[in-house]
Parts: sequence; C-alpha cells; structure tokens
Amino acid sequence: MSAYTGTAALTRLALRRDRLMLPLWALVTGGMVAGGAGPLGALYDTPAERAALAASMTANSSMRSLYGPVFGDSTGALVAWRYTTFAAVLAAVMSLIIVVRHTREEEETGRQEMLSAGRVGRRAPLTAALLTALVADAAVALIITAGLAGEGAGGALALGLAVGGTGMVFAAVAAVVAQLTESARLAKGLTATVLGLAFVLRAAGDAGDSPALTWASPIGWAQNVRAFAGERWWVPPLMAAAAVVLGAVAYGLAGRRDVGMSFLPARPGPAEGRIATAGGLAWRLQRGSLLGWTLGFLVAGVVFGGMVEGASDLVGDNEQARRIFERMGGQAGLENAFLATLTGLFGMVAALWIVGSVLRLHGEETSQRAEPVLAGPVSRLRWAAGHLAVAFGGAAVLMAAAAAGLTLAYGRDGGPVLGAALAQLPAVWVLGGLTVLLYGAWPGAAVAAWGVAGLCLALGWIGPSLDLPRAVLELSPYAHLPKLPGTEMAWAPVVLLTGLAAALVAAGLAGFRRRDLRS
Amino acid sequence: MTNAISVSGLHKSFGRTHALDGLDLTVATGEVHGFLGPNGAGKSTTIRVLLGLQRADSGTVRLLDRDPWHDAVRLHRHVAYVPGDVTLWRNLSGGEVIDLYGRLRGGLDPARRAELVDRFELDPTKKGRTYSKGNRQKVALVAAFASDVDVLILDEPTSGLDPLMEEVFKRCVAEERERGRTVLLSSHVLSEVESLCDRVSIIRKGRTVETGSLAELRHLTRTSITAELAGPPDGLAHLPGVHALDVQGGRVRLQVESDRLDAVLTSLTRSGVRSLTSTPPTLEELFLRHYEETGR
Repeated sequence: MSAYTGTAALTRLALRRDRLMLPLWALVTGGMVAGGAGPLGALYDTPAERAALAASMTANSSMRSLYGPVFGDSTGALVAWRYTTFAAVLAAVMSLIIVVRHTREEEETGRQEMLSAGRVGRRAPLTAALLTALVADAAVALIITAGLAGEGAGGALALGLAVGGTGMVFAAVAAVVAQLTESARLAKGLTATVLGLAFVLRAAGDAGDSPALTWASPIGWAQNVRAFAGERWWVPPLMAAAAVVLGAVAYGLAGRRDVGMSFLPARPGPAEGRIATAGGLAWRLQRGSLLGWTLGFLVAGVVFGGMVEGASDLVGDNEQARRIFERMGGQAGLENAFLATLTGLFGMVAALWIVGSVLRLHGEETSQRAEPVLAGPVSRLRWAAGHLAVAFGGAAVLMAAAAAGLTLAYGRDGGPVLGAALAQLPAVWVLGGLTVLLYGAWPGAAVAAWGVAGLCLALGWIGPSLDLPRAVLELSPYAHLPKLPGTEMAWAPVVLLTGLAAALVAAGLAGFRRRDLRS
Repeated sequence: MTNAISVSGLHKSFGRTHALDGLDLTVATGEVHGFLGPNGAGKSTTIRVLLGLQRADSGTVRLLDRDPWHDAVRLHRHVAYVPGDVTLWRNLSGGEVIDLYGRLRGGLDPARRAELVDRFELDPTKKGRTYSKGNRQKVALVAAFASDVDVLILDEPTSGLDPLMEEVFKRCVAEERERGRTVLLSSHVLSEVESLCDRVSIIRKGRTVETGSLAELRHLTRTSITAELAGPPDGLAHLPGVHALDVQGGRVRLQVESDRLDAVLTSLTRSGVRSLTSTPPTLEELFLRHYEETGR
C-alpha cells in the first residue's frame, strides 16, 4: 500500500459530495468571463472607442486599483482587463473552500478517521482534495477558453489559464493553512485573509505603479498573463510552480502530524463560564469573526482612501471614464464619484458578512447545538434576536470601520464619508432580512441567500459597464440608494428599504416560531 | 397533579414518514420512567415534542400540566434535557457550557456543580472540539444534574460512557428520585433500566406496545423451569400455557406463562421433584420479544 492508495476513491467521493456546488460555481465564474465579450464588444464597438477607453483607464490610478491595468484595446483585452480580478477571486474562493472542506473539515468532524482506518494512504486525502480543486479550476479554464475562442484562441487559453491557475495557487495555500489550524472555519478564514491581502497588494501596486507589489500578489500574476495583449506564456508555469512548492510544504507538514492534530493546537479554556444569556452566547460565538471583518474593512478603507486623490488625475474631458464613473458613482464630481463607488463596494461586501452571520442561526440549528439551548427557558425569538443583533449591528460597525479607514487616508472631513457609508446599510439589511425570511420560512433553502447576495454583487460590480436594462439593475436593493457623498441625501428609499428589511425579518421570525426545529 | 407527563394519541409525520402513530405515555410525578424502543421507533421525536421543539400533528401532550408548545419557555425553567448526541461549540470550554445552561435556567448551585464535575471526572477547561463522545455526554449530564428542576428528560444519556461512569450516572438518577424529581429515561441499556426504573413504556413504530411496572410486565411473560424428576413427567404436554417442552428421561425443561405456573408445579410435584431451577423473565427477553416482532 503506497501513501497514495485510495486517492481515486476519495476523489470520486469528493466530486460526488460537491456535485451541485462545483459545476454551479465553475459555470458562474467561467460563464461570467466568457459572456463578457458580447456586451463589452457591443458597448465599445469601434476600435477608436476601445482605444479611448483603454487610454483613459490606464491614465486613472483609481480605476487601475479596482480593475488593474489595461494591456490592449481589442475586445478580448478589455474583457481580460474587466474580469480577470473578479474571476480569479471567485476561482480562489471556490478552490479554498473545496480544499478545506475535504481536508481539515473531514478531520474536524471525525469522518477522516473512519476513512483513514480503511485502505487509504497517508497522502491520499490531501491529494484527493487538490485533485478535486484541479478538476474545478480546469472546468473554469475550459469554459473561459471555449467561450472566448472567438476573440482569439491564444488569448482565450491564456485567460483561462490565468484564472484557473490563480485558483490552484489558493488551493495550495489552503492546503498549507489546513495543516496549521484545528478548525475548518479558521482555516477558511485565514486563507481568505491571504486572498484579501493579495487583492489589496495588487490594488496598491497597480494604483501606485509599483510592479513589486503587484508581483507579490497571485492576482497580479493573473493580470500579467496579459491575455489578448501579447501573452506572457511564462506566467502560467510560474503559477503551477508556486502551487507545487506550496503543495510540497503542505505534504511535508501533513507528514509530521497526526490525523486531527494541528500545529496551532487549541489552548485550554476557563473552567467556569460567564456567558449567561442566549444573546451573550451569540456574541461570544460571532465576536471573533466580527473583529476580523472590522479590521479587514478598516485596512481596505485605508488602502482605497489613499487612491481617492488619484481620481482627479483623470483628464477632465475623457468621455469613456466619465461614463463608467457616472454609472457607478452616479454623479460628475470625480472624487465624490470615486468615494461613492467605494462605499458602494463596501456595502456590497458587507452583504457577505450579514448573510454569513444570519446563517449562523441555520448552522446552530442543523448542528443540533440550538436544541439544548431552546430546551432551556429561552424563547425562539430571544435566541434568534441575539444572532440577528450581531448580524445587523455588525454590518453598521463594518461600514463605520470602512468610513474611518477612508477618512484616515483621504484626510478630509469624515462626516460625509461616514454618512455615505451608513447610507448603504438599508440595502445590506434588506439582504439580511431576506436571509432571515429564507431561514425562517424555508430552512431547507436558507443557503440560497448566498446566491441572492452574489447576484446583487455581480449586478453592482459588473452591471454598470454592461448597459444592462434599468429594470434588471434595479433588482438589487443597492440600485435604489442615494449616491453619497456629493448628491442630495434621499430619505425616501432609505426609509423604504429599512422598512422592507424590518418586514422581511418579522416575516422570517414569524415563520421560525411556527415551524419544527430541524433535527 | 399526579402525572408529570401525559401523552395520548400523539401523531407526528415528516412528509410521508409517520414518526409517531398514536403514541401514549404517562409518567407519574416522582417516578423514574424507562422509555424503550428500537432505533427509529420515535423516542427522540416524542422527546422533541415534549420539549416544544417540534409540534404535535394531533393528540394531547401535557408536561407538568401545560402545553409544551405554547408554554415552552415557562416549562423549560423546570425541565433539564440531555440529548443523545451532545454537540458542543468548538471554542467554548466544557465549564463555560455547563454554566451557560445553568444560568439560562436561573443559576446553578456551585457546590453541587463542583461535586458533579468531580464525580464524573470531567476536565472543564477543555474546549468543545477536543472532548470525546463520552466527555461531551458528561458535560450535558453535569449541567442537567446540577440544575434545580422538577423533570429530567434524558435521551440515551449513557451512550459513550464507560462502565464506571455509568455507575456514577445510576447513582445520580437514584439521588434525583430521592429528591422527588421525575425522570424520563430513554435507553437501550436494559440493566440500567431494570435497576433504575419504576415503570417502563416500550414503543414500536410510533406506538406504545407495552407499559407498566417491571413486575406487571414480567407477569405477561414466561418463566423458564428446569427440573429433575423421580419418575417420568405426567401430562405436562397437555397443560395450557406450556411452551418449548423438552423431556430427556427424568430431566425436564420448559417455559411457562407466568399465570399458569401453579398447574405446572402441581404436575411436577406429582412425579417427585429432585431439583428445580426457575428463572424469571429478564427485561431483555421482554424487550427482544417486542423488537423481534417488528420484523426488522
């Protein structure tokens, strides 16, 4: 029996378990890029228009920080500019979830023990997880290559490899991190932090024209494949090499520890507890992740706040850039438009916090941890209220942290920025309310809330440059918010959305009180 | 109020599965009641309905003379629950969890808590994810026994405990009974039920098939008799209630329904008895008889 015995069976098991998530994620990630050529090509249909767009985007450090530099003015090159970062991040998240799910999570739940007691080699579980990630990333690459072949086969292949390659680099990062922690949640969180850091490094590098920073980030590598603009074929092998080296580190670490053990072992806790209420329990369970998110928002605020000044570098009469800014920021003043764009982005990312935080209810219930608490003298409303207070209040804390970061680096009066950030909350809360409704009324479909939040994110991030119909864009609650700072505060949508969020929460809680606890 | 728990005609379906199909259960105040049944018979579902975690489709359910669905919060002050499969928060220590459950109910007696932690040999500083199954079970047991409640609902509480800890558990239940508390004990460990329970209910496929004191239930079953006789037995085979008769010379083995014992003994004495062994039915035999009838 070799160290790899059983890899094939474990890979089949992993693919079987992920039979829904994996194709869906690959299809959305790959399809988004592959489908991008049509709308972009239609929007900028003459070479002159495309050249103007490329020139203005290259000149503007703020836009470079968001999307990266433009390397060419063909439709293909514009697709690569517009989508590489977003698709690479999606592929990276997919890969890290796959790897942690099939390594540390299996060990943590004790399932790995049963498998490893069979004819399963020591290296088989990690190998199977990496192979599963490879299948998923290859699928993404294939969809991109096939979908964009019309723009040039070489460029399409390069873009596919760039996105899939980033996925594999983060699969390998996750493989290393999964050896270090005992908890799968922490492993995912730490890997996501590395990913966030990679994004910020690239953004800072591209905005400040400092290639060293960009090249420190795997997402920067993906852009620098330069698909459709004189492909650099040596970059994908660089990604492969990085993945192999990280993979070797992971195997080395895995060989030095026991199943279920880690290099960052759990410390003993207090013999006596001070948590006395369901609300206190919710806070205790969520405070760590709220702290992490708050720091993330603060740091990102500082990084992006430093780029606001650059917004005015833009040549004033550049029509293309103005068009994109005006769609995203909804106004003419460029610094304000950029700030409005940024607070909008923070608002959309805060949706991920609120969905995840509300779904803690779902996790507590399905893991049977809610049962003994609710078998105590704790009403269902009180139990849910604890987690919801952290979720909805936490969203406000995050937006305030982002505003503080932006203000620190931008160095102007912070009031309007804070106002703009907090004005995002009603839309965030609506998505949180929708999650509560799904959880309360259709608990089996609660995780679909992630899909809704993802859709709103895609509409806000990609939508403005695609000239989608207004009716489609307005499906997202974010489309109805006033574009602050710089424009008049509009109270009507803010009040209406807040009311809608409250109604959704109330409906969800009413459903939750009436239904059986899931066992 | 003489019955702490009274359930009658309880129905509960999940989609097309009928988990409970007219279940009856009566637990008198102050008794330890064994709740037996094969896996999937509906024990845990009954307990969840009793706790107001799931709602009855039909039938009456009373806990301490209240409706467990509508008065859940008020009732839970007087009830402690130990689930069969205890899951803990991975980053909370066992001590934190015990105190949380205690405080939710209005506080624990610190002396009693310390005594129980000691008796169960639990390390309360370990984090949830590092406990073994038995130790997770101990966390829930300490929390339940340390709380000042009227009713304890224990769903297979000793699964994962070693024999020494099972003894500790038995003593704790006995102490609870002495304090006048009511215990509903769902279990597969028959020796545990036999030594602890005043009465038992056996359920099968969501219905109650047998209920009563152990003495009453034994009455319904057969006693095994082995005898050595001076002469050949006379007319045993024709007596009503005799089963599995096996005669080899003067050695007789048979099973007899408990209410027919008298006639059998009279018949044996006529032939002259040299030795006689009589074994009362164990709960296990009773249990197996009902389980086997399920045709699993």
